[in-house]
Amino acid sequence: MSKTNTDPAIECRGLYETYGDSVALDDFDLVVEDGAIVSLLGPSGCGKTSALRAIAGFEPPDAGTVAIGGRTVFADGVDVPPEKRRVGMVFQEYALFPHMTVAENVGYGVTEEDRAARVAEILELVGLTGMDDRLPSELSGGEQQRVALARALAPRPDVVLLDEPFSNLDAPQRDRMRREVRRILRDAGATAVFVTHDQAEALAIADTVAVMRDGHVVQVGSPLEVYQSPADPWVASFLGESITIDGVAADGSVKTELGSFPAGGTADGPAQVVIRPEWITPTPAPDGEGVVIDREYYGHDQMLLVELPDGQRVQARVGPRPAIEPGDRVDLVFEDAVVFPSD
Amino acid sequence: MTVTAPWEPEGRGPVVGVTEPARPPSERTGRSAPWWLWVAGVVVVLPLVLPLVSLFGRVLGSSGAAADILFDARTAELALRSMVLTVLVSATAVGVGVAAAWLVTSTDIPGRKTWGVLAPLPLVIPSYVLALAFLAASGPRGTLATLTGWDVPVLNGLPGAWLALALSTYPFVYLMVMAALRRLDPALEDAARGLGASRWRVFWTVTIPQLRPAIGAGALLVALYTLSDFGAVSLMRFAAFTSAIYAQYAGRIDRTPAAVLSVLLIVIALVIIWAEGRTRGRAVYFSNRPARARTAQALSTWERVFALGFLGTLVTLGVVIPVIVLVGWVWRGASVGEKVSIDWGAVGGSLLGSSLAALLAMAAAIPVVVLMVRYQSRASAWLERAVFVTFSLPHITVALAVVFFAVRYLGPLYQSLTVLVVVYASIFLAQATGSAKASLLQVDPSVEEASRSLGKGPLQTLRSVTVPLIRPGLLAGGALVFLTTMKELPATLLLRPTGFDTLAVRIWSAADELFYARAAASALVLLVLSAVPLYFLVLKEPSR
Repeated sequence: MSKTNTDPAIECRGLYETYGDSVALDDFDLVVEDGAIVSLLGPSGCGKTSALRAIAGFEPPDAGTVAIGGRTVFADGVDVPPEKRRVGMVFQEYALFPHMTVAENVGYGVTEEDRAARVAEILELVGLTGMDDRLPSELSGGEQQRVALARALAPRPDVVLLDEPFSNLDAPQRDRMRREVRRILRDAGATAVFVTHDQAEALAIADTVAVMRDGHVVQVGSPLEVYQSPADPWVASFLGESITIDGVAADGSVKTELGSFPAGGTADGPAQVVIRPEWITPTPAPDGEGVVIDREYYGHDQMLLVELPDGQRVQARVGPRPAIEPGDRVDLVFEDAVVFPSD
Repeated sequence: MTVTAPWEPEGRGPVVGVTEPARPPSERTGRSAPWWLWVAGVVVVLPLVLPLVSLFGRVLGSSGAAADILFDARTAELALRSMVLTVLVSATAVGVGVAAAWLVTSTDIPGRKTWGVLAPLPLVIPSYVLALAFLAASGPRGTLATLTGWDVPVLNGLPGAWLALALSTYPFVYLMVMAALRRLDPALEDAARGLGASRWRVFWTVTIPQLRPAIGAGALLVALYTLSDFGAVSLMRFAAFTSAIYAQYAGRIDRTPAAVLSVLLIVIALVIIWAEGRTRGRAVYFSNRPARARTAQALSTWERVFALGFLGTLVTLGVVIPVIVLVGWVWRGASVGEKVSIDWGAVGGSLLGSSLAALLAMAAAIPVVVLMVRYQSRASAWLERAVFVTFSLPHITVALAVVFFAVRYLGPLYQSLTVLVVVYASIFLAQATGSAKASLLQVDPSVEEASRSLGKGPLQTLRSVTVPLIRPGLLAGGALVFLTTMKELPATLLLRPTGFDTLAVRIWSAADELFYARAAASALVLLVLSAVPLYFLVLKEPSR
């Protein structure tokens, strides 16, 4: 293994893959640093699972290169089979071997001499000590997930790939497992790539989020970066609630129906301003320009629907205390905005 | 649509546990299959494909002689006789099968559940055993004449073959139509009744048209079965294709006529197999819809009496009388001092041949099923087709092709147990792959991918994950192969080594020489031996 510390754990360059008429991967690039937890986020059908399967070696792409830990596993004339890629995989449905016990599942990829010790060690890591002799059918969903993760980690792979790992769990279990899986991956010092279509999950679990659309990565960054500074209006709206308003940029500011925003380096001409609901602060004012016409109360916060004089409606996220009631007049203060040139 | 009755007579019949080859595969591009899997898959079908190709080559090569035989008046007569028998049997099986299925699924006939189990029961009796029973029951020496003192004519020729085959085959139609009826949406019939249509009118204008694909597929299946049947027609001394081929083969030095007739029969069978595949494809149209339970239609007293009489007659003719006649002949033979003891040699031969065939078929099914399910491609679809077609062809033609091939190319292996077992396993491979395929379709492919990503190669994954997971399907398929091999007759007759006997051969040859008591004893042993694994197979099926 020609692995040095400077090599990224995964490096995909220019992957293409088509199924008949549909394109699954279209110039897909992704670099994952050693020890990182990356989530690959995109709407269903964007090719994220194809990317994962190309890295794991289950479905060789039509073109491009894949390197794992500095070793080229796919390129022109190179196609290392999955069993030689040192990639652990956690499947959506877990794919546990139903005819083997927990210990047999976890020890499957470990050499004979290490097996007993490694199985004990890894079961302790995932908190399943003492469950060795259970069959997968006797486990809860969360326990099956832990076994799947333990099995993937046991052979000490270079990277672990997780395909929508939480989609089979119910909501409270999902939050708990999300934290738990993150802890396990950290403790194991593993490099991991998650595939998910759930933006909240992607932001919560990863150090780095890679947003995918139409077969390629459109933005890579920390959760904060991709949320606060989306690369384009599509990423902005995919990652969370937002409103987009048209305006015209000139002399360093963008004029819109809601007022002026700093253009932030956007060239003069037509522009789009994206604002998230929590960037808007309504302040009560007897002669305010907007009227609160509805409210959705979530407990930890609330969303106000404000109608402006020209009939435009905007959503504003405010704290949970009911300082403002429907019917109140408010002024809107825009704390932040992202500006994009219109195409 | 597949009817999974784990049994059919005389060791052939395309319904049982066998699914139609898959349509052209989806576009999904995974990894291609490892080369050794393809080698195994091809090796598995070669034992029958090579001889069949060679048979066609031989016949086409001898164009002059072949044409003479093909256009001979006797060939035309043979074709006509086979055709008449096929049409008569198919029409009878359809009428009887549809009526029985309708009575059992759609009316309030007393003992519906019991009749549902009894009606397809003639399936458990091979057609040559039914033929033996009718021969032994009729005629001046027969059971009926002995009991009543009447002058009973012997039941053979066309009427005899027709009766034995119609009783053997109506269960195919019955099972297919019953499956279709269960999937029909009863709301359509209820709607027609609500509009004021009589029960008859609803049956003919609503029910039957919806059943047409199932009936069509059933009829073609019966036709194929009848054309392929050797045991019943030969015992009934009815010169159809199969019995004529055997007579030509056994009685002549020049084997060209047998080869030409075989090729002709294969071509006819291929046409029927093709048509049946198309019909079955359409039959799927209304299948996978969960339907409400059918509302049982009330029968009047007279209708009830008639219906009970009808079903009773079927079961009596198909099961009760044959068993009584067989027992009666054994009894009678024993009481006049005839030697009717159990032939342990034949029992051993049957068990040995069937077990080896079952084991070999299970092993051979593994690469075929993995290629079919996991590596779908044009090539794997052809492999599946080859397995299905060799299963559906008349056994006598397949066996004859192997005989020609073995004599020419295999030298010392000709008439060895090895060749016989390989032929058994190859013919019935479709039964093993059928249930194994169903098992593998239930296995999530990511389980195998998990094994790959944990560092195990394709062969190790196959051994430690795939095969253990499809074991139930493989075992069920093996049991089915065992059962059908036990009853197999024509291939055994042509290919058995000298001194190797099976119960099927014993029954046929004793009956052919009119030793009915001896034949009856072997037939009863065969029925009992088959009943044991069948019982477990049927009993275990629903719990899985």
